[in-house]
Amino acid sequence: MLRKRIIPIVLLDGFSVLKTINFSRRRNLGSPITVMRTYNTRNVDELILLDIDASSSGRSIDKFTLMDITKECFMPLSVGGGISTIKDIEELLSVGADKVVLNTAALKNPQFINSAANRFGSQCIIISIDVIKTNDKYLVYNKNCEDLELELTDWLLQVERQGAGEILINSVDLDGSLSGGDSALAELAASVVNIPVIYCGGISTPKNAADIAALSVSAVAAASIFHFTEHTPEECRQALSIEGVPVR
Amino acid sequence: MITVIDLKVGNMGSLINALKFLNIDFEIVDSIENFIDPEKIILPGVGSFSAASSCLFESGFYEAISKEVLGNNVPILGICVGMQLLAEIGFEGGKSRGLGFIKADVTKISRVDKSIRIPHMGWNSLESIDYPIFSDLKANECVYFVHSYEMKLKESISFSTVDHGGEIVAYVNKGHIHGVQFHPEKSQSSGLSIIKNFVMSC
Repeated sequence: MLRKRIIPIVLLDGFSVLKTINFSRRRNLGSPITVMRTYNTRNVDELILLDIDASSSGRSIDKFTLMDITKECFMPLSVGGGISTIKDIEELLSVGADKVVLNTAALKNPQFINSAANRFGSQCIIISIDVIKTNDKYLVYNKNCEDLELELTDWLLQVERQGAGEILINSVDLDGSLSGGDSALAELAASVVNIPVIYCGGISTPKNAADIAALSVSAVAAASIFHFTEHTPEECRQALSIEGVPVR
Repeated sequence: MITVIDLKVGNMGSLINALKFLNIDFEIVDSIENFIDPEKIILPGVGSFSAASSCLFESGFYEAISKEVLGNNVPILGICVGMQLLAEIGFEGGKSRGLGFIKADVTKISRVDKSIRIPHMGWNSLESIDYPIFSDLKANECVYFVHSYEMKLKESISFSTVDHGGEIVAYVNKGHIHGVQFHPEKSQSSGLSIIKNFVMSC
């Protein structure tokens, strides 16, 4: 039986690891190599590495940083940030990324999802969706796309139709809050599509990670809980196991 | 010396890092001119079957690999799409030919139960680990899968499956021919032991 995954997310500003709160306030957390090495020795299920300034700075995530990271990374690694061409994807896969995470480029040109999935296979393409809740509606948020008025469910269906292999849902409202995940958002996203959904945003405790993982999502991702509390991915996996959620 | 075939559609980076970490002697071969007397072959692959198939035939690797594996009994390990390419026919991205070492088709995973998500993505445990290549695995130890197409065997050979709302073939073995649907190079220490076992004892 397929196990539910616990996925640490590592955010980069190009060179350093950082953590955001509500996608704006930032804290610098040092070298990505050190952080990634720690996760590797902790035997985590999977890692997601995102360069959150790449798109707005008009560049793609740095290949050389990635080469250093992947040398000792024997777990699935998904990489995102500023990916906008097939060549970008080709380069990242060649230095050890297993999957790529698209966000801005997919919103600007949904057809790009399709071209990427045809070239590299759906399983290689994760679409990251940043979500804000306004008047009880879940809307897609992207700082690089002005006047975006897109409902989450509409975008989810379009993304799945274009051939995405997996969805990463981020709650902007709960980002960095450590106040508990949005279970309604997690369940909604997972019920709309038939591809795996990773939920991210606000995970507060291992028990909270287990509660979200027990929903229809395939994985729970988090950053703050691992950076700023004593809790580890391993503890989250144990919590899942105690709650009877299948886990590695 | 292990010969890793680069069809220009695979995740070469991950596999190379794993081989280096294991201190395994290897060469990467991306044209048949350099494909000379291999001792053991690894055929990796991420991407669609049809893209890999085109590379296989256009590059001349189809004849070259067939000659070594069938003619000279050189052991081969296919990984993910590399395993699927051991089959006769694949249907991803249109119907296309594989190496045909194993009588099988590669078709889209299809489930009536919508709670079973496709791609089959994540960690899953093998039903049977009673093979030399899995000698270091414990029961229920997980390996990492990420695929939407599966091998449907049409002949009676050794295999192991995983459960994903029904059986999925995860390992095939026919003499010196091995294929794994999962990614040993991404399955932490469990996966590294499988690569090591292929190199040392298969």
